[in-house]
Amino acid sequence: MLARMIEEAPAFFGYYNLIFLFQALLGTFLLSAVGCIVGGLAGFGLAVVRRTEGLGLLPPRLAALLFVEAFRRIPFLVTLMLTFFVFQMAGIGIPIFWIAVVSVCLIASAFIAEIVRGGLDSVHQNQWDAAAAMNMGYLMTLRLVIVPQAWKVILPPAFSFFILFIKDTALASQIGVMELTYAGKVLNNKGFSAGLVFGSILLLYFVLSYPLTRLGARMEARLAPSRDRTA
Amino acid sequence: MSYTLQFGQVWPYLPYLAGGALVSLWLAFLAFMGGMVIGLLGAMGKTFGPPWLRSLIQGYVVFLTNTPQLVQIYFLYFALPDTGILLSSYQAVLVGMTLNAGAYLTEIQRAGFLSVRREELEAAETLGMSRLQSVRYVILPHIMRILFPPLSNQYILMTLGSSMAAIFGVEELTGRAFNVNAQTFRSIEVFSVTAGLYILLTLIASTLLALVGRQLFRARMRIV
Amino acid sequence: MHHLEIERLSAAYGQDPVLREVSLGIDKGEIVSLIGPSGSGKSTLLRVLVGLLPPSSGAVKLDGRPLDYKNRRQLKAARDRFAIVFQQYNLFQNMTALGNVIVAPIKVKGRPKREVEEEARALLAKVGLGDKLDAYPDQLSGGQQQRVAIARALALKPEILLLDEVTSALDPELVGEVLDAIRLLAADGMTMFIVSHEMGFVREISARVAFMADGRLVEIGKPEQIFDAPKEARTRDFVSRILRQ
Repeated sequence: MLARMIEEAPAFFGYYNLIFLFQALLGTFLLSAVGCIVGGLAGFGLAVVRRTEGLGLLPPRLAALLFVEAFRRIPFLVTLMLTFFVFQMAGIGIPIFWIAVVSVCLIASAFIAEIVRGGLDSVHQNQWDAAAAMNMGYLMTLRLVIVPQAWKVILPPAFSFFILFIKDTALASQIGVMELTYAGKVLNNKGFSAGLVFGSILLLYFVLSYPLTRLGARMEARLAPSRDRTA
Repeated sequence: MSYTLQFGQVWPYLPYLAGGALVSLWLAFLAFMGGMVIGLLGAMGKTFGPPWLRSLIQGYVVFLTNTPQLVQIYFLYFALPDTGILLSSYQAVLVGMTLNAGAYLTEIQRAGFLSVRREELEAAETLGMSRLQSVRYVILPHIMRILFPPLSNQYILMTLGSSMAAIFGVEELTGRAFNVNAQTFRSIEVFSVTAGLYILLTLIASTLLALVGRQLFRARMRIV
Repeated sequence: MHHLEIERLSAAYGQDPVLREVSLGIDKGEIVSLIGPSGSGKSTLLRVLVGLLPPSSGAVKLDGRPLDYKNRRQLKAARDRFAIVFQQYNLFQNMTALGNVIVAPIKVKGRPKREVEEEARALLAKVGLGDKLDAYPDQLSGGQQQRVAIARALALKPEILLLDEVTSALDPELVGEVLDAIRLLAADGMTMFIVSHEMGFVREISARVAFMADGRLVEIGKPEQIFDAPKEARTRDFVSRILRQ
């Protein structure tokens, strides 16, 4: 196998293939980034809705709960298929990439909603009490008091999730989205040695993911000490 | 474009799909067990081994946790044949999931090892316990308590991760969903039911694991 | 007519009753202290007044007008007129001392920033923290934090100040500075409802002292009565045990 890999390497790493792989890399990155940004905002919203109190807001609160608990328990592939077929049924002809993006956003928002909820919960109840006694409303308290304290607890796991998510996007290859794994399948079908193809794809994912992992570890180390500050 | 949901066509396949759920659980279980063995060896190697072994294990862990499981399986399935090792779909998926799990479980178990504080060992010693006794009565229970939640979580994740076996034709839950879809063309219904089954599956599994964790290991676990 | 009238107020945490038909009245400028064993419901009473726990029955009246805590507008109005200082100071960790004091007047009451800031500086100076305006809570001692909390409560210009065991979480040497701050407020004629364990201080500063136990108001009267000649056996019991220390 190794001999064949070495033999094919020059042809494999030719100009067009490299462009192709680069586009695929971009596709993977975009899918993860957009998913996490949109998912992040939506997830934040979901977490805020879940923490409301009062009977009037019960329907949205329940809906948020069900959404989060459901999408965290459905495999990426199944969510992808559902999204794909729903768009198909509705007759909406948008590019495959955007279907994958919707799918990705749904999943990311559910997971990030949990992360944000954990972060908000980490702020002591007495902060809420003091704000309530001063007549600060729910949203104002979140904005001025809670979120400024919670983001340090939210960011590291959210970033970890982003890194994890990059790997999950590999499944988007199944509906033909132009990302790294799909590129691998294409090149493999073209006849290149599977070891070379998938080895390179693995390496590319690694090159994308590992530096971010290190960055995340550094960030966690920097934010953690401040979390331990007890007055 | 009008499309009426016809779940009626899908219900007959429910037993078939439910069977697939069991396959998913079993697949994840086998991979988990294999991964635990790798993880134990890896954790011990990283904690007590010589520098070269530590680097090797670190390399394994880092590489497998920073690349997608799907591509790892693709590699095993398509690339290994070139070296003469022919794996069936099921085997490739199982090996892939096991190796992948091994990397994560190495880290989880290593964290468990590190959590045993010297004070506990010293306390056990001063109470007159032999090495073996301190392991049995102090270290092991402590480690099990600490490790049970993340290990349970990993298992649940792996059950969800087994879904990608469908891509290789393995007939676990998602794989069977593809089959039913091919037969009935009621795609939305099929995959909604499948999604529902996964939710049910993971809810039951996490509840059971949480109960076991609380009762047997006094681990602090959230029910669901 | 009392400034604040509490009539047979009851409250519960779930099924556990914590306040049982407490009644008392406070006049304008009067300082009433609440003493009693832990769990007697003293802090709970303050929390009910400021709307952190809904009452299960009874009434609270300000200037004769009853407050309906279930009504959001009235709840807001109630919170406008009370200000509470908590045992754990509850300062906003992400804001400086000055920030803590000015946030509510500006953001909740909508007052202009310059005006509020000036007042805030004066208040913080008054409690002896004029040089700590830009300090964050975790850079301040417990006593300093509590004084910021007092300034923060005052910035809201409350009619009635509620002090919930404000020295109980402090190291002994820091208690004095907080008590001094409270003395200043007393001299200004602020109506205060104080829950405290500092018996000497309570005796010194209160117009009346109320003794609570098991969620009930057992006895209320002038300090001399409560401490020297209590009418109720329960009061006698508590006071003698306290004074023996």
